[in-house]
Amino acid sequence: MVGAEGRVASAIAPGPDVLVSWLEKMIEIRLAEDKVMEIYMQGLVPGTVHLCQGMEGTSVGACGALTPDDWVVCTYRGHHHALSRGVDLVGFFAEIMGRENGVCGGMGGSSHIVDRSLGMLGSPAIIGAGIPVATGAGLSAKLRGEQRVAVGFFGDGACNIGTFHEALNMAQLWRSQVVFVVENNQYGEYTPYRDSTALADGGNIADRAGAYGMASAVVDGQDARAVYEAVSLARARALAGEGPTLIEAQTYRYRGHSRTDPGAYRPPGELDAWKQRDPIGILGDFLITEGALAASGLETMWERTQVAVDEAADVAAEGGWPTIQQAEGFVYAE
Amino acid sequence: MPSEAAVVTYREAIRLALDDAMAADGSVVLLGEDIAKAGGPFKTTAGLYEKYGAGRVFDTPIAENGFCGIALGMALTGLRPVVEIMFSDFLPTAFDAIAMEIPRWRFMSGGQLSAPVTVRASGGAGGRFGAQTSSTAESWFLQFVGLQVAVAGSPQGAYDLLSVAIASNNPTVVFDHKALHNTKGELLRRGVESMSPPGKAAVVRSGGDVTVVASLQMLRRALEAASALEDSEGISAEVIDIRWLRPLDFETVSKSVAKTGRLVVVEEQYHDGGWGASLISRLTTEGFAWGSPPIAVSMPELLISHSPPLEDFMIPSVERITSAVRAAAG
Repeated sequence: MVGAEGRVASAIAPGPDVLVSWLEKMIEIRLAEDKVMEIYMQGLVPGTVHLCQGMEGTSVGACGALTPDDWVVCTYRGHHHALSRGVDLVGFFAEIMGRENGVCGGMGGSSHIVDRSLGMLGSPAIIGAGIPVATGAGLSAKLRGEQRVAVGFFGDGACNIGTFHEALNMAQLWRSQVVFVVENNQYGEYTPYRDSTALADGGNIADRAGAYGMASAVVDGQDARAVYEAVSLARARALAGEGPTLIEAQTYRYRGHSRTDPGAYRPPGELDAWKQRDPIGILGDFLITEGALAASGLETMWERTQVAVDEAADVAAEGGWPTIQQAEGFVYAE
Repeated sequence: MPSEAAVVTYREAIRLALDDAMAADGSVVLLGEDIAKAGGPFKTTAGLYEKYGAGRVFDTPIAENGFCGIALGMALTGLRPVVEIMFSDFLPTAFDAIAMEIPRWRFMSGGQLSAPVTVRASGGAGGRFGAQTSSTAESWFLQFVGLQVAVAGSPQGAYDLLSVAIASNNPTVVFDHKALHNTKGELLRRGVESMSPPGKAAVVRSGGDVTVVASLQMLRRALEAASALEDSEGISAEVIDIRWLRPLDFETVSKSVAKTGRLVVVEEQYHDGGWGASLISRLTTEGFAWGSPPIAVSMPELLISHSPPLEDFMIPSVERITSAVRAAAG
């Protein structure tokens, strides 16, 4: 990682047990997303969903660098962030189904899964809206002298809206304890990001940090360990008062933008090429090569996670609908 | 804090509300354009940067949507930010943060999150500032459930409403009026526990013939009209300072109209889609038997110009209010 002053540093590598738990989490996210699609087709999910299969490495790697005290602001494509922070699977599925046993009482749905007790501050559907929010949370921590950061996750599509530039400017100006993670999944809705984002030839979104004198990094979002390292260093920088970092994690969503989008705009072969660099495959291969995991252990992991996901979805579906009285109680605080 | 009332300007009442809130609660922070070292474009924050420091008073860049979103992030994590929007007309640049984010995060999270953000905005005509810096903007946010909206018509109102808004666990937009900044009135500085909660209007003049409901600068003009009518024609108008547009104090207005049977709403805004229309609609749909049809004194559907005769034509004058009250009484 290269800081604004051209400095290069490295983070403490996570041990094998931690990496095995990351792998299991990524498998949980993958199977949970597949399950969301399955229950959607069964008519159990109102509205639409924005799935993240293929992007598990960014959230697991980034959240792996955080402590429970750190804060996270994500987006409507936020299932992987929620599960990476540890949202309970039953509360997760119930929320997506709009049931009262959902983690947000059924008020949020697929787009807005947050658990305050896990440091999740919000998950807006409006593009770019969370970037200033993460900045404000990071300032709050700084003003109180707290050793915690806020991480703002957003997509490549958010890098062209005003809040991106406004928030980066103020975050750097005031040295907010914030880390920005752009999950560049190559498409803003149906449009390739290079068709909507002015960059130098061969340049990256992360280059935009330079306009604000901010540190930046481009990382392989399919490699959870690389994301972890970049976020760890950015977190340390923020806590040292050296300011925020804009991290571009290059990744890919295997599904379309939302449930109804088959992703037909993608060139032939592109999806298959990315699947060759699957984040679960990359970390699994690494752990097997290192001798930290046996192939049979990996298989067992998939099996038991599938059982947990299926059971959680079944329990979630037994939840009742939220009442109007419950909804009324959620508008205003006491 | 002094225990006796003093005569202060409306501008000073705003400044004192901020000062007292910051002294009482270390989590109150201020953000806005030119509010720190320069003391604010309208001097409503004069001396606060010197008193509380750079960690509590932030000079922001000109980026309203961004710093309102930052205020949301601060509010979600234990601070009570007060944001100043220099002119109410700049509120649309921050519409996403103020209308779509701040009032909805609590609901979407199933009550897990709270966003105690106060947004202050100075608006209104009279300064010959033209079409983009003269709106009161007071009703623009009425479709955004989850957001409280207050309008200050006097120094005491400005102090109380801002104090209550800052102490509230819910987000609030508090409007003040530029033409009132130099006006004076009695102010008693006091703790929020002795103030009315959000949603309470104030009967500022008692009367039996016609109920007049007004906001901001129109409150002074309505009082002037009421006084003149009482003296010259013996018409007794009850004047209500509406103070809160959400929650709207239907009860206080309803009680007054039950007595007078007649209503005039006076607003420095277009009537359609505004709080005056809401009041008339609610009273009517609830079957209120009008003694005479309610009257709205509001702005014609034209835009505000900096040219003095044209601006004056737009804003309800004491004469227009007087005629309306006379017509309602007759």
